[in-house]
Amino acid sequence: MGNYLFEPVHDDFRKTVREFVEAEIIPNVDAWEEAEEFPIELFKRMGELGFLGMQYPEEYGGDDDILAEAVLHEELARCGSAGTAAGIGAHIAIAMPQIKYFGTPEQKERYLVSGIKGESVGALGITEPNTGSDVAAIQTYAVADGDGWIINGSKTFITNGARADWVVLAVKTDKEKGHAGITQFLVDTNTAGFEMTRRIHKLGWRASDTAELAFTDMRVPGDAVLGTVNQGFLQIMRNFAWERLTMSLGAVSGAQFAFDAALAYAKERVAFGKPIFRFQAISHMLADMATEIEAGRNLTYYALKLYKEGGQPFREVAMAKLFTCDMCVRVTDRALQIFGGYGYTEEYPIARALRDARLGPIGGGTSEIMKDIIAKTYA
Amino acid sequence: MDMVVCVKRVPDTAESEVHIDSSGRDIDKGRLSFGINEADNYAVEEAIQIKERDGGTVTVISLGGKESDEQIRMALAKGGDEAVRLEDPAFAGSDGLAIAKALAAAVKDLKYDIIFTGALADDDAFGAVGVAMAELLGVNHAAYVKKVEIAGDKIKVGRELEGGLLEFVEMDLPAVLTIQTGINEPRYASFKGIKLAAKKEIELKSAADLGLDASEIGEAGAWAKLEKFTPPVVGEMAEILEGEPEETASRLAGILKEKGLV
Repeated sequence: MGNYLFEPVHDDFRKTVREFVEAEIIPNVDAWEEAEEFPIELFKRMGELGFLGMQYPEEYGGDDDILAEAVLHEELARCGSAGTAAGIGAHIAIAMPQIKYFGTPEQKERYLVSGIKGESVGALGITEPNTGSDVAAIQTYAVADGDGWIINGSKTFITNGARADWVVLAVKTDKEKGHAGITQFLVDTNTAGFEMTRRIHKLGWRASDTAELAFTDMRVPGDAVLGTVNQGFLQIMRNFAWERLTMSLGAVSGAQFAFDAALAYAKERVAFGKPIFRFQAISHMLADMATEIEAGRNLTYYALKLYKEGGQPFREVAMAKLFTCDMCVRVTDRALQIFGGYGYTEEYPIARALRDARLGPIGGGTSEIMKDIIAKTYA
Repeated sequence: MDMVVCVKRVPDTAESEVHIDSSGRDIDKGRLSFGINEADNYAVEEAIQIKERDGGTVTVISLGGKESDEQIRMALAKGGDEAVRLEDPAFAGSDGLAIAKALAAAVKDLKYDIIFTGALADDDAFGAVGVAMAELLGVNHAAYVKKVEIAGDKIKVGRELEGGLLEFVEMDLPAVLTIQTGINEPRYASFKGIKLAAKKEIELKSAADLGLDASEIGEAGAWAKLEKFTPPVVGEMAEILEGEPEETASRLAGILKEKGLV
């Protein structure tokens, strides 16, 4: 599996994570999906096992190995509940990286160390009711107030938003400027004026909590600024490639999960006297699915290789995200077709897989935005 | 406490289709995934827990090809100190006794207080290696061990009997313990442990290195010879229900009721 990229230690780590996912996540995902959240203790448990710090410096309790984190995302996505994988992913691959890149030693000591142990949970707040990928147009704003800031505004679609201990917010600090007027703030969710206004019910990703947040005259100290004032947009951009790569890795694993389930079903299910796998209409469908998955996996691994070598391969990452997230929807849709009526029920894992897959072409930058990014590199 | 743990790489057949290969003496392993023998996994954990509690060393030993390094490395990653792998074409065709001879030859020069094996291998299910090794080394043994208590140079172990009953026996060290599943909760290997294990050398030993003659090991040294595998034959007592699931289910329910089983 991807041997040109991963080393034997990663193969061994994959086995460890797979054992963990099979023993401690898979048996519980039905209940977690039903409850619309996985237990917060999962962070603690994964922290104890050292699973949350793969990409982080050793001095803060991590392993400083981005490929190990890639393995973790791939294996988590096989659990059959993309929402569970998303909650963990939002913490380790979306929220904490901002602190790794831009935090002061004090911020790292406080938030990275506890985050890697799973003792604190983070979220990243960029999207607002009226702005998604158009980050320059955010309306949440902060005004300087003595040695601190006062923040007003709201955020939406915040993964982990209902339960996070801290949130990295994108906030306008200069209303006159677009991109150049954004600052990131690292805010404890128990700060006065911080409110989780509602949980959002979703088509899929049900086990992850997704929330709307509101800030009313929320005063934060000066040291809540993460990185540099008015440099927030560039800071946010710094981790986009990784966030999108993790979505590609998850999409490939999610598609593989659907394929494996459909293949096993096609070999078992008998119609007109033989397993349906023996009908060419079905076996060709599976052949197409397997081919698309391999194409997606290899495009993702190629982008991952470039990323690991230290680049910011925006084009390749956008291509990988575009292709794999769309592909995962196609593959799970065909898997559902193979399951027939049973696929449409909650008794088999495919209905949920399709719901979960549908988030891929939307979250982390839509497929349309990915095409814009790719096209721009050729302009 | 210096300990040796013997581990075996076995195919995972629990949820796979199993086919006999063309030789008739093995199964087709091409599509199977492999892992550590389940009981051996508990044996590794038991040794590491004792080491963490009382100090000492854990040496991991496996007989098998290069692919067995995978299982050895995982045991090292969990806390094993050193490792030896026994590999020689002459080991082919070994039964439990011949395997025990090789393992005994490998451990006899090591300093050890306890040798752990799994109680039973998932693939051939002989359950013989640990006990045979104890006999060859001339040390005490206990099989199907579900509890271990160490008191000085003695050891008290609980052996699992029928119905979950434990039989406690006390013996002098050194001893061989064959470990039953469920004795503890095997840990996951951490990535830090995996990285450390990757740097450790796995010492390779051939039959000659162990001072074993070809006549003692492999098929020549085995008391039992594997002749062939066959799928179970449908006996006269078995009734196979055929037809649509609805129909067979209702017939099955009828039979169970008729026999007073439900």
